[in-house]
Amino acid sequence: MIGIVSYGTYIPRYRIKAEEIARIWGEDGDVISRGLGIIQKSVPSLDEDTATIAVEAAREAVQRVKIDTTKIGAVYVGSESHPYVVKPTATIVGEALGIGNEYFAADLEFACKAGTAGMQNCIAMAKAGVIEYGLAIGADTSQGAPGDPLEYSASAGGAAYLIGSKDVIAEVEAMYSFTSDTPDFWRKEGQPYPSHGGRFTGTPAYFRHVTSAAKLIMERTGLNASDFKYAVFHQPNGKFPARAAKMLGFSSEQIKQGLIVPYIGNTYSGSSLLGLAAVLDVVKPDERILLISFGSGAGSDAFVIRATKAIEDLERNPKVWDKIKGGVYIDYGLYLKFRRKIKVR
Amino acid sequence: MRRVAVIGVGQSKFGELWDSSFRDIVLSAGVEALEDAGLEGKELEAMYIGNMSGGRYLGQEHIAALIADYAGLAELNIPSTRVEAADASGGLALRQACMAVASGMHDIVIAAGAEKVTDVGSKAMEILASATDREWEVFTGATLASLYAMIARLHMREFGTKPEDLAMVSVKNHKNATLNPKAQFRREISLEVALNSPYVAEPLRLFDCAPLSDGAAAVILASEDIAKKYTDTPVYISACSQASDYIALHSRKDLLTMQAVVHAARQAYEQAGIEAKDVGVAEVHDSFTIAEILAYEDLGFAKKGEGAELIREGVTCLDGEIPVNPSGGLKACGHAVGATGIRQAVEITLQLRGEAGKRQVDAENGLALNVGGTGATATVTIFTR
Amino acid sequence: MLPRFWRKIKYRYDLVGTKCKNCGNSYYPPRNLCPVCRRKSDIAEMKFSGRGEVISYSVVHEAPEDLKAQKPYVVALIKLEEGPVITSQLVCDPENVRTGMRVKKAFRKYGEEGEAGIIYYGTKFVPDE
Ligand SMILES: [Zn+2]
Repeated sequence: MIGIVSYGTYIPRYRIKAEEIARIWGEDGDVISRGLGIIQKSVPSLDEDTATIAVEAAREAVQRVKIDTTKIGAVYVGSESHPYVVKPTATIVGEALGIGNEYFAADLEFACKAGTAGMQNCIAMAKAGVIEYGLAIGADTSQGAPGDPLEYSASAGGAAYLIGSKDVIAEVEAMYSFTSDTPDFWRKEGQPYPSHGGRFTGTPAYFRHVTSAAKLIMERTGLNASDFKYAVFHQPNGKFPARAAKMLGFSSEQIKQGLIVPYIGNTYSGSSLLGLAAVLDVVKPDERILLISFGSGAGSDAFVIRATKAIEDLERNPKVWDKIKGGVYIDYGLYLKFRRKIKVR
Repeated sequence: MRRVAVIGVGQSKFGELWDSSFRDIVLSAGVEALEDAGLEGKELEAMYIGNMSGGRYLGQEHIAALIADYAGLAELNIPSTRVEAADASGGLALRQACMAVASGMHDIVIAAGAEKVTDVGSKAMEILASATDREWEVFTGATLASLYAMIARLHMREFGTKPEDLAMVSVKNHKNATLNPKAQFRREISLEVALNSPYVAEPLRLFDCAPLSDGAAAVILASEDIAKKYTDTPVYISACSQASDYIALHSRKDLLTMQAVVHAARQAYEQAGIEAKDVGVAEVHDSFTIAEILAYEDLGFAKKGEGAELIREGVTCLDGEIPVNPSGGLKACGHAVGATGIRQAVEITLQLRGEAGKRQVDAENGLALNVGGTGATATVTIFTR
Repeated sequence: MLPRFWRKIKYRYDLVGTKCKNCGNSYYPPRNLCPVCRRKSDIAEMKFSGRGEVISYSVVHEAPEDLKAQKPYVVALIKLEEGPVITSQLVCDPENVRTGMRVKKAFRKYGEEGEAGIIYYGTKFVPDE
């Protein structure tokens, strides 16, 4: 049985309200919040970046099972905000965890689905018997240009998944991807902020890929929406995943536990993986979870995950929702400073 | 070992000396010392320089040769040696000079200390911070002030020392400096001003911290018999000891005791054949006000934990039982890093000669304590009439 | 400074120090020679748990150039549960710090070698109560 052995998460403690951002740009915070389904988002502090988020999340995952870290044979960090454009984040994680030097490592980028792409790699390698444990991390400190609608959602956070075949707490029963070349959102070399196709990011991009991947995996596994206790979709805002769920026949009850975007924003590569972690925090043995990520450009990774008996023995505190609650609000001025948007010299 | 005497002293003004270069400052102190000793210059057999960081403050190394050169001694080709122990560099230079004379190696030597810090602007403090552990203290964002601040907080917690006690040290030293024409700050400050000054590193405020200054000082030492040819008022160095400790504060077993000071003091008292109570005047290393309180304790002027009593009761004021820092100390006379240890020797010599002007105190024995960083190096020198 | 930072990455990214098997004392930062046993030292690497207690602290207001954007920040002397006292930054609102506070390690960014230079990661502490 191949699956998730442990998981860990990290969410920076600062928050900014959509209302506060709207105040600066002369927009109606209420309208924006309702329109996007985002009340607030997380903000990294000056000493946090994708690498620190990845390490903290990975440490939590490893600590929960207390495995010898040298048994981890692969580290994949998916992000669209790696601290270095050239020089891996994965090696920073490997070193901080004391993994040693014998491990496969790479940084992945596929907009918001690079984390689940890492998971696919680890699952495949574990299945092939190449590694005993693999660490797949999705983490981001995403940037939205000041004044851009993205500024309301682009946030920071991450989740780490320890994949293996021993003491699996949640089995990965199936995985598929739906991929096409669809330029809905991008950032070119040297550009500080991403660009996007506005409403084009909806139907031809997010909805097409998410629903196609979901339908594909359900078809292949012969499962229906009712076979899943929970469904987690990539959540660029609060509206998209709710609509995708509806389109696929899932109820709001099924997506509620994993829908974290209203309170921390879109953590990009961390988004669907943090949602999954919130579900794993409460899932009971034998309950099934459908996970569908989405990365612009574009593609969706689909997973059918089923909790095992072992999940009851895993230390699952602190829970994602506890971390979401413990925030400290900052104003737009501090936000600019923390995000290094103020030019000093 | 031969008895060593101070036969000449000189000191530049301390402060922000915008018009003067490093060479100018050293020269002014050296020439003053030669004049004071009545020497022409060719009598000098060796030179010892205390300088912390010519390399970083000036981009200049090979300070010893540079100074010998600009002091007009190039054609004498005498040995010139620079020593470094952060802000205890001056104390080390003095000790090297002492040993050279005491051993019989040389008869007349000059020990100088000098630093020019204002050319690098706001980087000066960061350079001084390299007196602590660069890799495991400075890396974390710890400043020199913050390390002393942590000592101060502990001292307050353990012994009930109050911010007012620290401020009183500053007020005293500022008052003394008004009587010292070479001092950087010659203005009295009130307790209220000190207590309301902005925080530098809590609980230490601006007036708890010595400035970083440009300055130089020089002393000329000679063996006893030679000293008598040049002066009727020789001041003898009856002990000059040095000790070290862990470089980082966090490595020390007792964070409230500077073992280097305790050890250097113990050796110095023994060698001089006196006790702490015999010290009539002292210049101590008040780079931060808490450091002066610690010095009272580690030098044996007060029991551990009772240092603040001395300042509260005026024991260390100019008219007290043991006047400490009559010059104004590092806080108000100024802290020219590598020059400080020598500047202290100048002050004690003037005091014992009876040439300290309006800040003159009555003493038989004087003591100078020079500390490097947070106490990893200390020199204690005892002077006697 | 790049090689100098790289050389100690293992010890900075996590609390890897040393232990003297001759006397049992443990050291962080790591030491190659035990100050108690000196030449009789028998040094081995050891990983510290990362839990400790604040012995003293200071809120830094006059910060070095590179850390100005983060002031006021807290530096603390932290006694690790295995014994050694270390200097570290404490990620905590200045008004909430107190002596005796229990803290745990956190992986954070300490700075960088200028805008184009390498990033210095290391261990800081956060409240653990
Ligand atoms: Zn030992």
